[in-house]
Amino acid sequence: MLEVLVPGPLATVQDLGRVGYAELGVSRSGALDGAALRLANRLVGNPESCAGIEFTYGGAVLRAHASVWCALTGAPAPLSVDGRPAPYGVAFGLPAGSRLEIGLPLHGIRSYLAVSGGIAVAPVLGSRSTDTLSGIGPDPLRVGRALPVGRARRGVEEMKSPAASDLGEPSGDHPGSGGLGAPGPVSGAEPSTVDFVPATAPGSEIRLRVRLGPRDDWFADPGELLRNGYTVGQGDRIGVRLDGPPLARAVPGELPSEGLLAGAIQVPGDGRPLVFLADHPTTGGYPVVGVVHPADLGLLAQARPGTRVVFHGSQR
Amino acid sequence: MLVRRYGWDGLLLEVDDPAAWFRALRAARERGELTCEEIVPAARTVLLRGVRGEPHWADFAPAAAPPAPPQRLDVPVHWDGPDHDAVAAAWQADPARVLRETEFTVAFCGFAPGFGYLTGLPERRWLPRLASPRARVPAGSVALAGPYAGIYPRSSPGGWQLVGRTELVLFDLDRESPALLAPGTLVRFVDA
Repeated sequence: MLEVLVPGPLATVQDLGRVGYAELGVSRSGALDGAALRLANRLVGNPESCAGIEFTYGGAVLRAHASVWCALTGAPAPLSVDGRPAPYGVAFGLPAGSRLEIGLPLHGIRSYLAVSGGIAVAPVLGSRSTDTLSGIGPDPLRVGRALPVGRARRGVEEMKSPAASDLGEPSGDHPGSGGLGAPGPVSGAEPSTVDFVPATAPGSEIRLRVRLGPRDDWFADPGELLRNGYTVGQGDRIGVRLDGPPLARAVPGELPSEGLLAGAIQVPGDGRPLVFLADHPTTGGYPVVGVVHPADLGLLAQARPGTRVVFHGSQR
Repeated sequence: MLVRRYGWDGLLLEVDDPAAWFRALRAARERGELTCEEIVPAARTVLLRGVRGEPHWADFAPAAAPPAPPQRLDVPVHWDGPDHDAVAAAWQADPARVLRETEFTVAFCGFAPGFGYLTGLPERRWLPRLASPRARVPAGSVALAGPYAGIYPRSSPGGWQLVGRTELVLFDLDRESPALLAPGTLVRFVDA
């Protein structure tokens, strides 16, 4: 079990989201930087779809009530276990009773913590993700929340003899040092794990692939989206506003509501684009001028306000 | 019917009857003739996300293979909403009588899980939203705006005109089908 001592600005349980309920008004939700969550899971030997914790601007403290392996990916935040530095992008042991501190990321916004066995809160409609728009899934983490941890695929007991140093401990007398071994490498039957993930340094500009449509014909010159420069404005798990020149409309008024998906670039009446992320509403009434490539949404979710955004891509 | 590409794995179908298309596409998916992750009907469109292959849409047209008969739901209503009298004045008619005599269809969902946009009101009964939305609309409120009727599945802010309330629980995660108002469901309002 993991206990939340300090959740930071926003910490939520996330997996890869719930699929198949958009027709009832339930969005997919899931990790905003899905690639980072998958990597964190692989670092600790989990299936990629296990639930982890998405921290927003770090600032969190957890206590482990049983020994687990864990790994942090996404926004590189400084880590410490009982005051000793712990590495980013590498699996490390969290002994029973220890305190994990997650600081403010050096860059990026969302950090992902995976633990061996995954966060085992009860799934809702097939997913453990918190949907901040609809309120489905576990509540955002609060002080004192106890998070159950699932059974590790390769139990910590079956791993060989933990060097105490693996746990950052000088001796074996720590209560948690009785059976925690390195999570990898594993036998050939298992999907590949990874040993470490480098932190990628961000630029001051991100480039996002976009495909125009389905409502680019509602704009006087939809190609302006590709030529204009934008900067990241306010954002949350629902979407990110972009600051820049407004897009002029060819067709005035509202569109009858139609389906939305993550990556849709919706343009409300003020002409300033908004890119939807995982907790987007399932339908909306403003025209969608284009869609960001799903694999590029993690970049946007990690871009701090003020980051320049360049769209590149093709007509539909 | 017009098919527009919507991003990398989405297709937007512009159709005359989205609710009928939704049911036909669901049926095609259940028969294994269509592979996709989401089918999202809306006012004039159906969005398909995660589509595999190049479907032959004509094969799925509601006319080509009429789907199973729709679900039906009776909604018992207490006609005591705060906008009841204003609606009665605007219509020059008893809102309860008008709503009881209208057969509604859940055209699509959105706004909140389990919120169905119900169509069926004749155009002369269409009403504007409130000029300033309420900060809190109680769960179960039966509401009107534009061409639609709707029922708030949970307490939330809202700008629709409230004519009554139901004790039905519109969305319950503990039910096998969490939403009572799935697209295509036929709805009748009755006196509670």
